[in-house]
Amino acid sequence: MQIQPIIAALRKHRLATVLLALEIALACAVLCNACFLIISRVQHTHVDSGVDESALAAVKLTGYDPASSVDLNARVLSGLAKLPGVQSVNVINAVPFGDHAGTAGISTDAAGKHFAGIVDFYVGGPGSFKALGLKLVAGSLPMASDAQPLDSFVPENATVWVTRALADHLWPGTDPLGKEFWTDKFHFRVGGVLAHLARPWGGEGGPSTIDWSVYVPAQAGRQLAGTYLLHAAPTELPRVLRDARAAMASIAPDAVVDSKNSQTLGTLRETYFRQDRLMSGILLGVICALLLVTALGIVGLASFWVQQRRRQIGVRRALGATRSDILSYFQTENFLIVSGGIVLGMVLAFAINLLLMQHYELPRLPLYYLPIGALSLYVIGQLAVLGPALRAAAVPPVEATRSVG
Amino acid sequence: MFAYYMDLALRSLRRSPVLTALMVLAIAVGIGASMTTLTVMHLLSGDPLPGRSQHIFYPQVDPTSHFNPHSHPYDMMDYHSAVDLWSAQRADRQALITVSALRLTAPTVNQPALMAQMLSTTTDFFPMFAVPLQYGNAWTAQDDARHARVAVISADLNNKLFQGSNSVGRTLRLKDTDVRIVGVLAPWRPSPQFYEVVGGRFSDGDTASFYNRPEDVFMPFFSSLEVNDGGFNPFTCWSALDPGVKLQNSTCVWVALWVQLGSAGKVSGYRDYLAAYAEQQKALGRFARADNTRMFDLMQWLDFNRVVPSDVRLQTWLAFAFLAICLFNTIGLLLAKFLRRAGEIGVRRALGASRMAVFAQCLVEAGMIGLLGGLGGLLLTLLGLWLIRRQPVEYADLIHLDPSMFGLTFALAIAASLLAGVLPALRASRIVPALQLKTL
Repeated sequence: MQIQPIIAALRKHRLATVLLALEIALACAVLCNACFLIISRVQHTHVDSGVDESALAAVKLTGYDPASSVDLNARVLSGLAKLPGVQSVNVINAVPFGDHAGTAGISTDAAGKHFAGIVDFYVGGPGSFKALGLKLVAGSLPMASDAQPLDSFVPENATVWVTRALADHLWPGTDPLGKEFWTDKFHFRVGGVLAHLARPWGGEGGPSTIDWSVYVPAQAGRQLAGTYLLHAAPTELPRVLRDARAAMASIAPDAVVDSKNSQTLGTLRETYFRQDRLMSGILLGVICALLLVTALGIVGLASFWVQQRRRQIGVRRALGATRSDILSYFQTENFLIVSGGIVLGMVLAFAINLLLMQHYELPRLPLYYLPIGALSLYVIGQLAVLGPALRAAAVPPVEATRSVG
Repeated sequence: MFAYYMDLALRSLRRSPVLTALMVLAIAVGIGASMTTLTVMHLLSGDPLPGRSQHIFYPQVDPTSHFNPHSHPYDMMDYHSAVDLWSAQRADRQALITVSALRLTAPTVNQPALMAQMLSTTTDFFPMFAVPLQYGNAWTAQDDARHARVAVISADLNNKLFQGSNSVGRTLRLKDTDVRIVGVLAPWRPSPQFYEVVGGRFSDGDTASFYNRPEDVFMPFFSSLEVNDGGFNPFTCWSALDPGVKLQNSTCVWVALWVQLGSAGKVSGYRDYLAAYAEQQKALGRFARADNTRMFDLMQWLDFNRVVPSDVRLQTWLAFAFLAICLFNTIGLLLAKFLRRAGEIGVRRALGASRMAVFAQCLVEAGMIGLLGGLGGLLLTLLGLWLIRRQPVEYADLIHLDPSMFGLTFALAIAASLLAGVLPALRASRIVPALQLKTL
């Protein structure tokens, strides 16, 4: 297939060619970035919370008198433990994908000079480590003696369990066991490292900080009341939660059940990522519409060119060109235009990515998106041009003798 | 002449229905997508108090007792600073604001207790923000001073508890206190819930919660502190909250102040007053720095907090990129369409039509495609908005097509198609008649 005559013909239709190439360039740029956004969102929704989500539910009470919280804890803990199917009940200050409770800035020195970031503290009753299903990667499990009474949102001097991500951030390359950190007057010593534990309400410094959590064992009391962690077999869980919420009317008539936060962790997770799923759906819809419009544009323009060149095609056919020659002429023409568009589109894709990086905390567009975007546009282009090209191939040689109508 | 061009355009469009349908569809989809997102942007980024927002200001001081390395003052104030500034009554109107949740029952109504959001504020809140009342009145300055047990409730709560009847004079039990209802709001849905916007820069673009409904209960600030004692939460603290210390005396920020200042002179006067207050507090040893005061007007404050969710912005950019692609598409198709009629145009030119006339005819045709595309786009916009209303987002119930956006849909569609038509029309008007006539 000779490219020379195709290029010569395209020069005659410079404006239309440039327009089509520009359309493809823009489509390529939007396609690459939209795909990248979708993939990052979907990855985000697959975050590992580090807890045994399928077997956990939370019950949150509000509206009770803080003075009665010790009594409330006792009533709720014993009342819920009696429900059939409940494997354990623990008081905790927050659960993953629920409202955040213990968010604070920490420093790696007592004077607070070396600010090390904002983390979330999970403060839970003695059995909550096991109930959450946290996976220990270093250090030892918390012992009963580690659970201290609280005067504030955390104990003043506590052994804590940090996630691997947080340990790597605070003490890169060194063994985190026994290391210390502070928040205000509170002092913490690392007793173990967890594989994962996602923060209740995402990361404050962007997605990379989602795992910056600290687990603190503590005793239920005035400062730790109102939110309870239920553990049950996954198949039993929805019923157990329903029963637990219903039982609150008699166990804790002085409190109001916060129904938004009294859900299974699966439901909380679903609600938490709803916006991400919605946005992925919208992006996917835009991509489909975009490819459709681009394809229609190619069909329209190619049809016009075929009709315009009927006589020339007839002449070529009369001079001995086969049908497949004509077919491949239009296919090659489309390939050339799409190639031009893609070259421009890749530059544009990176430009858009730079803009997005400034505004949306996105990483740089990985290079492998470009060949994938290019390939899909080539496929769309070839599919779109096939119809008009087949019509062109069907032009009989006798057309050469007719005048253009 | 125009009617004749319209007739020509209609004939031309009817001659190639598939190509026409493609172009109309492309414009309609592009317009539908961009108008849907633009409408959402317009509704979320609008002025919640048109005509008066330029007189509403948000004063801030930096109450930290040790040097604050952050360059901005906190988004809210501590109790003492806020109450000092409010009590000075230096502005035309001023209102303290803080939000809490508390247990609510209506003694005469047989419904379970619920957790209600309560706005603690002062009497100027209602006239300053033009809050509409359905029944009764707001409380008075005397009620503020006397710590009166009175409340104003929202239309939603009134519907829920009292089936929308006039509930003025009835009693609510808030936590452990009986409170008399003195006023019921008419339906009120500011977008965003501007008086409560704080901390937007920490929310990572996820600011949909700024579009929540207003609170159900409004209570005099000082009464509510007694009624819901212990039920308030700080926005943030610059040192740890000691157990047993009341929030009023803590090192926490949790109260906001809004002021209304009618003239530029008053605004600069208030800025001076704010600076003088910080200076005085520094001299007293309460503030670490006196130079960190600030006063935005309402719209500046909303901008500072980036109230429009970043996903909505992203959708708008995406929609316009999409519209651009649709436009390129339409330009290409129009070009094909006009040049296909080169012979016809050649004849018209030979018979005396000027280039201008050919150009105008082509543009009329493009405009007609725009009009049809606009109609399709309007339908798609309505569909898009309907889809958004069904989403579980806070602003879903705010979404509607207002007349200005309705008009803009057509304006945008016609402008877009005219823009798309210029290049092909220019090309068509430059067709050389002789060349075309020869090939006929």
